[in-house]
Amino acid sequence: MSDAVLEIRDVNLAFQGKRSVLDVLANRPSRDVHALNGVSLDLKRGETLGVVGESGCGKSTLARCIVRLHEPTGGEVLFQGRDVFEPAERRDRTYNRRVQMMFQDPYSSLNPRMTTRQILSEALTVHEMCTEDEVPSMLSGLMDLVQLPQDALDKYPHEFSGGQRQRIAIARALAVEPEVLIADELVSALDVSVQAQIVNLLLDLQERLGLTILFVAHDLRLVRHVSNRVAVIYLGRIVEIGDSETLFANPSHPYSQALLSAAPSLDPDEKGKKIHLGGELPSPMDIPPGCPFHVRCRHKTPKCTTELPALRPLEGRGTVACHHAEEIANV
Amino acid sequence: MTLKTVHTPLLSVDGLCTTFGSGDVSIPAVRDVGFSVSKGEILGLVGESGSGKSVTLRSILGLSRRYGDTTGSVLWKGENLVSKNEADMRRIRGGEIAMIFQEPMTSLNPLLTVGVQIDETLKSHTGLTATERKARAIEMLDLVGIPAARSRLGEYPHQFSGGMRQRVMIAIALAARPKLLLADEPTTALDVTIQAQILDLILSLAQDFDMGVILVTHDLGVVAQTCDQVAVMYAGRIVEQGAVREVLRTPQHPYTVGLMRSVPENVPPRTPLYSIPGTPPSLLSLPAGCAFAPRCPQRTDLCAQSRPLLATETGQRAVACFNQVKNRGGAAA
Repeated sequence: MSDAVLEIRDVNLAFQGKRSVLDVLANRPSRDVHALNGVSLDLKRGETLGVVGESGCGKSTLARCIVRLHEPTGGEVLFQGRDVFEPAERRDRTYNRRVQMMFQDPYSSLNPRMTTRQILSEALTVHEMCTEDEVPSMLSGLMDLVQLPQDALDKYPHEFSGGQRQRIAIARALAVEPEVLIADELVSALDVSVQAQIVNLLLDLQERLGLTILFVAHDLRLVRHVSNRVAVIYLGRIVEIGDSETLFANPSHPYSQALLSAAPSLDPDEKGKKIHLGGELPSPMDIPPGCPFHVRCRHKTPKCTTELPALRPLEGRGTVACHHAEEIANV
Repeated sequence: MTLKTVHTPLLSVDGLCTTFGSGDVSIPAVRDVGFSVSKGEILGLVGESGSGKSVTLRSILGLSRRYGDTTGSVLWKGENLVSKNEADMRRIRGGEIAMIFQEPMTSLNPLLTVGVQIDETLKSHTGLTATERKARAIEMLDLVGIPAARSRLGEYPHQFSGGMRQRVMIAIALAARPKLLLADEPTTALDVTIQAQILDLILSLAQDFDMGVILVTHDLGVVAQTCDQVAVMYAGRIVEQGAVREVLRTPQHPYTVGLMRSVPENVPPRTPLYSIPGTPPSLLSLPAGCAFAPRCPQRTDLCAQSRPLLATETGQRAVACFNQVKNRGGAAA
């Protein structure tokens, strides 16, 4: 596992619920939101790892944990073998520089009172990327990198379209020469044709700069397109992880199967050919016992309601957390 | 839903134009749009943001009157809705023609219980008694798949999840048994699994109640899986329309071709995706000829000078382009 840039080991995160005075008096425990429940994965150098799941499954929380916006309540995040949540490491700003996050909403992630020049120079000076004289040439280089015109430097965010703003967000992340990019729903708010432009830019930059990308998104077609490997998350747990093409062609976990078949195909003849997934994601405050997916699963048996399945590799497939993965795969 | 007998359309829209602006500024958001919807038929309106799909929907119900001028004809039961007064429109809105809005989070009143909000519609559009209305409200919540409908009538919108709120919206819209449903991106804010449930619901309700539906979306996949007819909009105009299968299988307008190709389906992974060069034109300064010409790979000199017309025979395939794409070559299906 020497090629892993980031190792996430059994990360747990529970947001503490509020307790009212009555709860304290009645000695009721606080209702915690269990956002991540033992997530382990490796991010290998130069790869794109896609993370998919329904809203509320913990995929954004995982991304935020990695960039230290949330501190996990258990487990560790190792960057090149060192735990980034160690007190000594926390003071070290270089991790912040080397792992950069790009956010979902291009309308709220840029300061409306700062021009592109100010936004990008701030990133450069905070991390002391270059001397003051070099800033202008660095900025114009960044504009070329993300294919924006030079006059974009003196404009404010409101003057740009959604796609252009995401280019600025990418430029801001790249300004500090990171090794890992965390893209949280980077293109979800954009129209398909603009989406395609940003995805092309990202793939091109990854190639040229040798970036490692964690691509969090709910658009499965897009994740399939950009990722080398994909992790499917359900209620804060990885239920399946593996090579992107294998997983999309032959999903093994019943949840992955249902999720993939719910994505509307462009082929009108596919109409009606889908696995119907009833119900909704259970509340992360009240996670069902056993396999958390059993309440919506078509293949559940009594074993599923009591015993939590562990992630295990499946012959010719990825790694799956399901008691009945073999039987389901053979159907 | 394969063979459909020819019947008179439920709603027919012709020459619909909506212009916003004041003084010297005029923004033509919808220009000369025409289509028709029959009973039990689902029409998809697709396009990128700003192409005028939502404004078209709002103009049908006269919701854009306050801000802009609407002209043209929206024929509903032989009457033109564009020239009707506000009082008459209020009787139609929510009664015969209902609308579902995009954001389930903001389109319900947070201060009223769900039961009260369904009851409001029933009170103004039906002659049912209080007990009948309550029964209908429970029936509607049941129909849209909300468990324990009776007890949830007394709950407030914040007690429902996003998917459940959209179901409540649909229940409100359908309570008065409308003949036509206008759905403005009803599933955009939802997860794919919930999206599939909501679309199935709209599909089966359209069949069961013989209700016409106009579905606005930007997702061609949703169109492929749900609609019978489709109209593609660009810069306020319909550029291509026809039966879903024909349009998606053999798109003929270069814009439709571009949209289809931008979707990463059946494309080798990690290869550059096709993207239409340039950006949509500003509605303040539209090109003289075809609005798509500046971005079009097929453009000729003619395109810059004059605008191609859309043949408007209803239900037929129509393309507004001088150089229709005849053979799609290696483009993704």
